[in-house]
Amino acid sequence: MNTTAAAPPVTTTAETAFRRPNYLNAAYGVRSWLLTRDHKRIAILYLISVTTFFAIGSLFALLIRLELLTPEGDLFQPDTYNRLFTMHGVVMVFFFLIPAIPAVLGNFLVPLMIGAKDLAFPKLNLASWYVYNLGGIFTLWAIIHGGVDTGWTFYTPFSTHYSNTYVIATALGIFINGFSTIFTGLNFIVTIHRMRAPGLTWFRLPLFIWATYATSVIIVLGTPVIAITLLLVAVEKTFHLGIFDPALGGDPVLFQHMFWFYSHPAVYIMILPAMGVESELIAAFARKRIVGYKVVAFASIAIAVLGFLVWGHHMFVAGESIYAATIFSVLSMLVAIPSAVKVFNWTATLYQGSISFQTPMLYALGFIGLFTLGGLTGVMVATLGFDVHVHDTYFVVAHFHYIMVGGTIMGYLGGLHYWWPKISGKLYPAFLSKLAALLVFVGFNLTFFPQFILGYLGMPRRYWSYPPEFQVLNVLSTAGASILGVGYLLPLCYFIWSMRYGKDSGDNPWGAVGLEWDTTSPPPTENFYTTPVVTHGPYEYNREEVHNRMSQEVTLG
Amino acid sequence: MAEHVTSRKVYFLVFAALLALTLATVLVAEVDLGVFNDVAALTIAVTKALLVLLFFMHVRHSTRMTALTAVAGFFWLALLIGLTMADYASRGQILPYVAGK
Repeated sequence: MNTTAAAPPVTTTAETAFRRPNYLNAAYGVRSWLLTRDHKRIAILYLISVTTFFAIGSLFALLIRLELLTPEGDLFQPDTYNRLFTMHGVVMVFFFLIPAIPAVLGNFLVPLMIGAKDLAFPKLNLASWYVYNLGGIFTLWAIIHGGVDTGWTFYTPFSTHYSNTYVIATALGIFINGFSTIFTGLNFIVTIHRMRAPGLTWFRLPLFIWATYATSVIIVLGTPVIAITLLLVAVEKTFHLGIFDPALGGDPVLFQHMFWFYSHPAVYIMILPAMGVESELIAAFARKRIVGYKVVAFASIAIAVLGFLVWGHHMFVAGESIYAATIFSVLSMLVAIPSAVKVFNWTATLYQGSISFQTPMLYALGFIGLFTLGGLTGVMVATLGFDVHVHDTYFVVAHFHYIMVGGTIMGYLGGLHYWWPKISGKLYPAFLSKLAALLVFVGFNLTFFPQFILGYLGMPRRYWSYPPEFQVLNVLSTAGASILGVGYLLPLCYFIWSMRYGKDSGDNPWGAVGLEWDTTSPPPTENFYTTPVVTHGPYEYNREEVHNRMSQEVTLG
Repeated sequence: MAEHVTSRKVYFLVFAALLALTLATVLVAEVDLGVFNDVAALTIAVTKALLVLLFFMHVRHSTRMTALTAVAGFFWLALLIGLTMADYASRGQILPYVAGK
């Protein structure tokens, strides 16, 4: 979207871009970062933190895949294996997937995309980063002291009655982390309501903002429930109050109800922001307005609302009433409608678009394929009869990895590659980044597609040994994980490299439209030199002035 | 919208009402009302929560957006309880399988 008054005072050229005052060179020293209230610097702090936790979570995944290379349980004791997959899940879900896009890309982009100087509550924003790390330290303490073996779902009565691992420390870590997420969600809701630039009406907002808004609503309404649930586990374990333990008069399935009331919508906390990124990428690299903009925007809200009505599909075989299960099954299938609407609209946007296959677009195209496969297998497992067959098998593991990794991480990496010139003012190597995108796509499919077959054939999840006939598919999966690992390491290396050695990107290397591209790269601390005034909707790639700008863009490989 | 200032008198009156209702909870607990035990306790509790929401949390004089946000919270709570009860209420209604029938 263009503005009428957002021109920087200095002429934009690639050579001068990085020397102008910006949020990176506004102040120096550790103190200037640790006490910053600038949403862009806080986004960088979050980037470092979530990358650290992603590395820890990946290490656990690596060890799991190494153990599963052979049918015998020969690398770890079964108890150790239980801890490995639990810590992999806990770290990846709560400390990477949930905060990744909102806390890194959302923090950086929400004020920029709506023409604001910062988020509504900058101190609360900084506090959220500290609270996140405090929760992380609790969890790391539990990991270092031996970890937890309940699975990331903490099902009772195992977690309350039998497990003698660090359940309370880990649960407290997640409880504390929940506050950080709530702070971020609250900040986004207030900012999007109150701080939009003049002329920026709701239907002129980029779809990333709609998706972030829907995500924030889920966060604020859902996170308190998981916090209370985990606190109740700690209370029952410590004071022996009968809440979930049948021996004390409680009901273990009540835990599953309360846990999944948050944790299923949590999947939408992960995927909705990735869908927002996807809309931005598709529009920018197809040079077209997203087909059915309003429908895509409302689909985000529909997913947020319907996502809260489906949690019972996790308990089809846990003793849930068959009548309730039928209701949850039908409701689960309803979520597929707004999700499919989005996929169809992205695909329709590509039709007759002026498509360029830059690195972010490769991730965007990968997202469509992987998310579709993850979503369709989701409809399969929402079907009562089929779920009984594949429940707790690798089919389910493959399904949710297609959504969480194939969807969220593809979206996150695509977004990072797209906005990296905005964040750092630098370009990364075009060929290497395209190679990394390809490795991630190939590696991902090689890792997780065999797991669909394994699950369908009956291999249960969470076992450290398996019958020899499953070995070929497991070897394929481990080989894929190695390729995926290289695909993840490459961006880490060239992003760091580009900060020092990369060419200056200029303000808008993609020739994209959007308020964030109308300011300098990297942006100044206050984001804009003058308050932008918005005169039309997003993704206006057919306007004459945009064509003029695109003809001057820097070509990125 | 102009900020509404609640008088000190109203705050003290609401506080007194909350104390009185707390006392009522204790007194009602001493009397056996049969099936109405829970009804009485919950009615008093909901009344107290409403007083806190409307006066101490200023929802009574806030914008409609604030009121909508508060209602959304309760709506979500109703979803949690309602759909969970859909399970609990119908769990015992599954007829046992009898071979040949």
